Amino acid sequence: MLLSILWLLDQGVALQEDNKSSSKKDRSLEELSAKVRDAQTANAPKNERGINESHAYGMAMRLVAELVSGLLVGLLIGWLLDKALGTKPWMLIIFIFLGLGAGIFNVMRAAKQIETAAARKREEDANKANSEEG
Amino acid sequence: MASPLAQFEIKTLIPLKVAGYDISFTNSALFMAITVVAIMFFMIAGMRKGALVPSRWQLSVEMCYEFVANMLHDTAGREARKYFPFIFTLFMFILFANLIGMLPYFGFTFTSHIAVTFAMAAFVFIGVTIIGLAKHGFKFFSLFLPHGTPWWLLWLIIPIEIISYLSRPISLSVRLFANMVAGHTMLKVFGGFVVALGVFGFAPFIFIIALTGLELLVACLQAYVFAILTCMYLNDALHLH
Repeated sequence: MLLSILWLLDQGVALQEDNKSSSKKDRSLEELSAKVRDAQTANAPKNERGINESHAYGMAMRLVAELVSGLLVGLLIGWLLDKALGTKPWMLIIFIFLGLGAGIFNVMRAAKQIETAAARKREEDANKANSEEG
Repeated sequence: MASPLAQFEIKTLIPLKVAGYDISFTNSALFMAITVVAIMFFMIAGMRKGALVPSRWQLSVEMCYEFVANMLHDTAGREARKYFPFIFTLFMFILFANLIGMLPYFGFTFTSHIAVTFAMAAFVFIGVTIIGLAKHGFKFFSLFLPHGTPWWLLWLIIPIEIISYLSRPISLSVRLFANMVAGHTMLKVFGGFVVALGVFGFAPFIFIIALTGLELLVACLQAYVFAILTCMYLNDALHLH
């Protein structure tokens, strides 16, 4: 369980790095927009950062729910199959692993969605900053 | 001192039995009714004038409408438009339920009961599956077959995808329920600390103020998350990959 979580964290880092390397071409633009963003957040009211933090909390809750629900469904199916077929405990064991796999799939998918949403938002923010400047 | 979980207790207000089933009017049902009345008052009274230059109240009603409409359009596209009333109802119902539950002393949060959240999630799940089946027929089951899967992994991927699909209503309902239970229990526990510590109770009291702010935010955020995930599932059903 712990190992899989560590592995997921690793995946998350890899994902972020991936995104960075893909936008290498317009690096100077990227750097400029980063500067603009920094300047904006420096002047932004403090409670905006608070909102971001609790947003992270919401994301964490979401990811945990995805992982646990996959496992729960696997458990339930395995238990029901065992009861129906009388193959205690084999179906339970198989479906716990399948459920864990499904949970990890869910988390990866959710993380990818969050990542693309964040990237889109960053882009929009950068565009907005550009248009405000021009 | 009352247990921090006493706030989630269901109390029967009007006992009622139909054909052997207990369908009593409880405090949970009372707060659902209050929520619906509050939403109706908010919407109807706010839009009564329907002025071209909106008042603050009308503006907030319009903001709710636009927020949900944009969310639906962005995540599920044009075709999902006809499901807007359902998503909007779901969002407003959960939002108002969570916010009314934040009222101190008198509030009861019925979204902190898994029976309520799971009923909503199961409704969404079954509805989305029926929409997908009606639109795509048998092709709908290609949802369980992600692109680019090597053939020798199919025996593993298909059960995992099916479990992943079946876990949707559970993650949807558990998330809302767990957030509400955890937040409200924490508020009550720290409230107990304020009483127990006497003069030094000001420290947990300050913490409670911050926590209340966080809980208000979680109340809105969870309504948003429930609605946007419903939109995503709708999107999956309408556009297969």
